Amino acid sequence: MSQTYRLENGGLINRYKKLSFKFNGKTYYGYEGDTLASALIANGVHLVGRSFKYHRPRGFFGAGVDEPYAMVQLYRNDETEPNVKATEQELFEGLEAKSVNCWPSVNFDIGAINNFLKIFLPAGFYYKTFMWPKSFWYRVYEPFIRKAAGLGVVSTKHDKERYEHKYEYCDLLIAGSGPSGLASAYAAAKNSARVILAEDKPRFGGSLLTSDVNIGNQSGEDWANRIISELKQMPNVVVKNRSQIFGYYDHNMLVMSEKVSDHLPKTKKYHPKQRLWYIRAKEVLISSGSIERPLVFGNNDTPGVMLSSAAKEYLKVYGVLVGKNPLVFTNNDSGYETAIEFKKNGINPIILDSRVNPKSEIIDEAVNLGIKIKFSYVVVAAQGYKKVSSADISKISDDKKKLGTIENIKCDCICVSGFWTPTIHLASQSGNKTKFKEEIDAFVPGTSKQNETTLGAANGVFTLEETLKSSFMAGQDLSKKITNNDNKISLPNVVEKKSSRHDKFWCVPLPEGKNYKRFLDFQNDVSVSDIEIALKEGYRSIEHVKRYTTLGMATDQGKTSNLNGLQLVSDIENKVVPAVGHTTFRPPYTPISIGAIVGREVGKHSKPTRKTPMHSWHENNNAVFVDAGVWLRPRYYKQGKETLFEASKREAKNVRTNVGVCDVTTLGKIDIKGPDAAEFLNRVYTNAWLKLPVGKARYGVMLREDGIVMDDGTTTRISENHYHMTTTTAQAANVLSHLEYYLQLVWPNLNVNVVSTTEQWAGAAIAGPKSRKLLKKLFPNNDVSNEGLPFMGYIESDLFGVKARIFRISFSGELAYEVNVESDNGNFMWEKIIELGQEFEVQPYGTEALSTLRIEMGHVAGSELDGRTISYDTSLEGLISKKKDFIGKRSLNREAFTSSDRQKIVGVVPLDKKTSIPEGSHLVKDAKATLPNKKLGHISASCWSVEYDNPFSLAILKDGKNMIGEKLFVMSPLKNKVIPVEIVSSHYVDPKGERVRS
Amino acid sequence: MLHIKCPHCGMRSQNEFSYGGDASVKRPELNKEITDEEWDNFVYNRKSLRGKHLELWQHLSGCRQWIKVERDTATHEIFNTYKAEEEIS
Repeated sequence: MSQTYRLENGGLINRYKKLSFKFNGKTYYGYEGDTLASALIANGVHLVGRSFKYHRPRGFFGAGVDEPYAMVQLYRNDETEPNVKATEQELFEGLEAKSVNCWPSVNFDIGAINNFLKIFLPAGFYYKTFMWPKSFWYRVYEPFIRKAAGLGVVSTKHDKERYEHKYEYCDLLIAGSGPSGLASAYAAAKNSARVILAEDKPRFGGSLLTSDVNIGNQSGEDWANRIISELKQMPNVVVKNRSQIFGYYDHNMLVMSEKVSDHLPKTKKYHPKQRLWYIRAKEVLISSGSIERPLVFGNNDTPGVMLSSAAKEYLKVYGVLVGKNPLVFTNNDSGYETAIEFKKNGINPIILDSRVNPKSEIIDEAVNLGIKIKFSYVVVAAQGYKKVSSADISKISDDKKKLGTIENIKCDCICVSGFWTPTIHLASQSGNKTKFKEEIDAFVPGTSKQNETTLGAANGVFTLEETLKSSFMAGQDLSKKITNNDNKISLPNVVEKKSSRHDKFWCVPLPEGKNYKRFLDFQNDVSVSDIEIALKEGYRSIEHVKRYTTLGMATDQGKTSNLNGLQLVSDIENKVVPAVGHTTFRPPYTPISIGAIVGREVGKHSKPTRKTPMHSWHENNNAVFVDAGVWLRPRYYKQGKETLFEASKREAKNVRTNVGVCDVTTLGKIDIKGPDAAEFLNRVYTNAWLKLPVGKARYGVMLREDGIVMDDGTTTRISENHYHMTTTTAQAANVLSHLEYYLQLVWPNLNVNVVSTTEQWAGAAIAGPKSRKLLKKLFPNNDVSNEGLPFMGYIESDLFGVKARIFRISFSGELAYEVNVESDNGNFMWEKIIELGQEFEVQPYGTEALSTLRIEMGHVAGSELDGRTISYDTSLEGLISKKKDFIGKRSLNREAFTSSDRQKIVGVVPLDKKTSIPEGSHLVKDAKATLPNKKLGHISASCWSVEYDNPFSLAILKDGKNMIGEKLFVMSPLKNKVIPVEIVSSHYVDPKGERVRS
Repeated sequence: MLHIKCPHCGMRSQNEFSYGGDASVKRPELNKEITDEEWDNFVYNRKSLRGKHLELWQHLSGCRQWIKVERDTATHEIFNTYKAEEEIS
């Protein structure tokens, strides 16, 4: 099919580069510089989709970001993207697109039956129709609605494209490159301000590309090109096309989406598909222009009805005719510009002007060109189903209430202009309270809230001369404040045609006996009658009307519908528009892809990965890793076909019988120095710290101010004023902040410094009855006997030339040591331990065995210190000093904390000594009790005891102190298990703690 | 995202900071006899002010200093920031 609607000449497209593309399976041709929309229109294709609710045929309405209809499913480089606006998607060789929201095809859509059922689908139909019977929602209504409604289809494949984030700072950020954007950017740039100029379209210039004006003896387009090329040369200016500033957030931060590669058949190597810019600007200039308002009449959604400015843009930018027999329906002078462009290209348009007898330069020009104009005329209804074929027109009375005789005239498109709506989204998002400007029947920004200034059409200024004047001045003044430079720019001579006033008329009354749908919101199928129903039913607030009718809630966010909706509500309510107010403008201004929002933070980049210095050794020795916060820790070391259960049992057993080694680098480590360090620890921990001698470690528990246990760990006195604190892996960062809080804000008089040393030290726990023999081999020059290095002792030593710290501490409950060396030597230490441990049958053990060992010893960890337990609950009350005050102590006398049947940690063993107990299960008295069955406690941690070869769990149990020996039931509805159990002491193995001291 | 002036480092993005609540709360002195009500006021009871609020932030991914920020809780306007030890008139 040839491009029968393409003009011989003209437009800004590259006619030397022909591109082929497919739409709904059929091949067409267009040119480089086309959008998918302009190329389809050039080929006479106007039917692109079906509407959301009634499945009525949908064509093109706009030529850019305001497009409510023409969304397609795009196929590019083996990937698919839903709801791409055909008016924004640039054509590339091999592009493929399909219609959305139609089945089986756009030409024959079964859902169109809704169009005839529309009396059943009024405003709020979801709320009314699908409520009863309740069970029908999931089984019948929802699946049906899902099939019928919705737009494109999201790909379920992994997105191979790359998206980037960028952070930028600038003096002036300018949104939009029309006349006001260019002028203000130019003036600011000349004052050496750092400027970012963003344009959402591929071409710079905005309205200058389509309007018939002259600036300094150049056409608008030539002037725009000259300014842009000058700006591009300047080192202080960043000029970005295909870049939409879509959100204005707090403290002058704006976010921009740059479509780097969407216009290309394939993303270039090392390029992202899209880039999200977070821009912090000192001043923001909003030059986002305005969007033409539709006029409302019967069947105004028929393909072929479109904005007159869009028709002009297709003509002037793409050399494409939207029709060969056009009707222009306008209430202002803008429609004339479109008609004149048609006429200049040999097409004879007819203008219907709702105004009585307007006079202006541009009307005179249209008359002189011989264009047929009918004043006081309106379109009553468009006729034709898949494309406009004629229009019912009529004279309208001066008060716009009465129609005359209906005439029918042939036409193939209706270009409508209901005047202009400033694009105030960004200003409104910044917090600016907008105000209604009577002369233009629209809202404009009021007083600036942040450092934003709105210029030109976005500010309701529709003459070029005034726009340029105010924009040069704004660029100059705002940049002068920042750079102190003051270059004056003289205003070039501007030639433009003067306009007359628009008609305060926007909705054509229904002719008698006709019940045409008159649409306000074209994407969500909201018509005049829907708003009327909503108001009849008592909805008053515009926010409620919006949600009830879904007016302005579609993906186009009501860019073309909001103001007409407000007009209607104010007419019915007999109020003025500002009294009705408008709905809130929220970011994003236009849909943003999820990929751009996520950026590079996907897969393994979604969070940082921390590895210990011994990581590669673990990898080489079949470690299976587990996430511990952002750390990767060996969970177990797999031998042969071992399961997790088998491996962890083997590793734990080896610790109990021989010796094991565990990578404990991930433990939080904090260096504490200063003359008041002991006093500080004494306030932080619940137990006494003032008398800890140098060379000794002590176990400590710290509370939050509300009395709940925050963390535990050992702290060692390295020298007089120097301590080494350890924290749990999970709480390391919180504990450091906690200490800093008290030192900086509460007790600034304490002379203490804290710093994290987690990453400075690599740690290995050597545990088991043979650990002392192994230690002796590692440190042959040290006395590591029970007297030389007693339990909780500390010495500094030398590991074959490497500085080492040795702590005699134990988490496993066995005779155990922890050796720390500087991180760089971690692997060396580890390999030495494995090498010299061979004769003692040393084996590495992972977190699973580590858990087994601590659980059967009754040592608490994160699953017991879960932010809900106090010292008593975890049997740590013996560490509470009665003689001193500490953080959280005052909370401990609260009634619930001191009650005699307070929960306490206990051990749990299944009566059959076989059934494993799921963690998180509840403990109950009677398994068969009626619901709700009273919960007495919960299982916090479970293991297979390697000491006794049966399952063992820890639990936090109400009145646990008096429950030892009781028989209860463990219930896990999730696992569908009921297990009879006996409550025992939490110290299941070595209750007297003899091994650690041996 | 807020833009907060750390009195030690200068203007930084909010994502470098963590929030620390009402800065006017004073911890009761150690070893001092106080009523349950005074203690509850320190631990739990906070005014949820609309408007000007003096609050604590920590420059976590920066100098790690706790600072005081005078911020409007409704508009996010930041009027001033102070070092932890600075007296605020």
